[in-house]
Amino acid sequence: MKHSETTGKPVEKRQETNLPEGAPLIIQDHYEIDYRHSYAQDSPFFVGLSQGRLLGSRCTGCRYMYATPRAHCMECGAPTTWEALPPTGRVHTFTVCYYGGESFLKETPFLLVLVEFAQVNTLFLSRLKGIPLEEVQIGLPIRPQFSDTPTFKVTDVWFEPIDHS
Amino acid sequence: MRPVYMISGGITKFAKAHPEKDFRLMVKEAYDAALQDVPDLSKDMIDGGVGSYFSDHFTRQLKAASMAQDYLGLCPKPSKRVEGGGATGGLCFQSAWEAIASGRMHCCVAFGFETMSRVNTWKGNEFIALASDTNFDFPVGGFYSGYYAMMVNRHMHEFGTTVEQMAMVSVKNHLNALYNPYAQKAKRLTVKQVRESPMVANPLTMEDICTMSDGAAVCILADETIAEQVCDRPVHITGIGSGSDAMRMADRPHGKVPLLPHEQESDYARLKYPGVHSFRAGRMAAKLAYEMAGIRNPLEELSFVELHDAYTSSEIQTYEDLGLCKYGEGGGFIEKGIPFMPGIEYGLPLPDQGRFPVNPSGGLLACGHPVGATGLMQAVFAFWQLQGTIEKHLGSSALQLRDPRRGLIHSHAGTGTYITVSILERT
Repeated sequence: MKHSETTGKPVEKRQETNLPEGAPLIIQDHYEIDYRHSYAQDSPFFVGLSQGRLLGSRCTGCRYMYATPRAHCMECGAPTTWEALPPTGRVHTFTVCYYGGESFLKETPFLLVLVEFAQVNTLFLSRLKGIPLEEVQIGLPIRPQFSDTPTFKVTDVWFEPIDHS
Repeated sequence: MRPVYMISGGITKFAKAHPEKDFRLMVKEAYDAALQDVPDLSKDMIDGGVGSYFSDHFTRQLKAASMAQDYLGLCPKPSKRVEGGGATGGLCFQSAWEAIASGRMHCCVAFGFETMSRVNTWKGNEFIALASDTNFDFPVGGFYSGYYAMMVNRHMHEFGTTVEQMAMVSVKNHLNALYNPYAQKAKRLTVKQVRESPMVANPLTMEDICTMSDGAAVCILADETIAEQVCDRPVHITGIGSGSDAMRMADRPHGKVPLLPHEQESDYARLKYPGVHSFRAGRMAAKLAYEMAGIRNPLEELSFVELHDAYTSSEIQTYEDLGLCKYGEGGGFIEKGIPFMPGIEYGLPLPDQGRFPVNPSGGLLACGHPVGATGLMQAVFAFWQLQGTIEKHLGSSALQLRDPRRGLIHSHAGTGTYITVSILERT
């Protein structure tokens, strides 16, 4: 029997790896990171959600109105200003997700909607809650609801049907 | 610009997982397969390479294209990586075309790969969804199938497209792939089976959506001198186009349709375009490619299309973007049987079966979608189709079209953020 040169104790036989001949060796390699995500020029939108306000942006040049904000206009390049969106909107289109990315699986099934607002040129992506999944249809009037405990994510706002809430 | 030819192509079998091969070995296999068809092409005739893979998250190896370049023995020749989401492969193909057309290179290897099996399907879906705005889109539900489901629900609302028409795309592409040994998911399905498979995001079921894959593909492009020297039947790349759209679907404007030569403004008098039902980038890509190739009516002047059918719905949407039918007529286009293969029994009544085959290979739905390889895989199938070598490469002539003269390949990223269209012609 072999003995360790440092401790003098018997050395156990090297554990056999039980791999089939010629098979690829696969290991589990965990990794995770904390990422410092800055909302940068979009920050006022997220601050607004925490205060119960849904902000879009309007171009100072061509007056194009964005439901999902951006600091500069896609049409003419001029800076935009913050402007509150109308208090109600409608379902432009929707789906019920029964699966999702890994971090959303526990929330399934959930309703995704693109929201349209009168006199606003673009749409806003959100969740629709407070309605049976099969009752949603294009054109349904809806309004935003805000989280009382903001996490400073876009999910601090969601929509509910006007009649059901 | 100088004329550019495709002189060879190679593909690995696309599979759910290839744990026994890393991306370098997969590319090497596809490269060696391509070289086998052009034995007179020596390494010193190759001026460089362009590599494509979509996601550093999937590969977990930055500069992976450099490792493929050295594995192929192409160092110290010029090389770079091209990345553009789902259109990565199509952009890579066009990048190699640019190298030849500009005169910078005489022969260029375009190689692409993806190894998506290293994470579970739902983590993979999360990685893919990171290709949506991480401030406004990803946190809401981070799921591309959800985005595409919203698009097709609007398409159904605008145009009356049906889930049965979508299911017919699934039946067609999975069944075509029975004759394509490179495909991952070939099978005979019925419309009912497609509809009864698990719902992913209403109205898209599991059988409406392509799967993740491991795989690689290689295209070798060359100028006229080399093409004539080493290749019996080179294929001429006569049109290149690409387009883009806003990352966020929510930002798509409502304007006018960019018209193709065979369309009129009155065709779309009441259509708000593109909204979320159509892909403006695809229309732009098609328009530019048709202009370069001199195509005025694609349905009459092309023989077939290999397009990016990540979803059955996006195949229908793309018929319209490419001008194979008018906007709103995509559902009827499949229902009549136009894009099915001639001579194959699908178990469906198809009055116009085989008039204009789309995705003879089985497309992404059946072949799989190893992202960086996908656009190049389409080029290889189109190349074999135009060369008339389908039987040699697939072991069956079932998918060989009779006398194809001109084919179109279409590669698509995001919710339509980058789209490429390339036209290939028999010489």
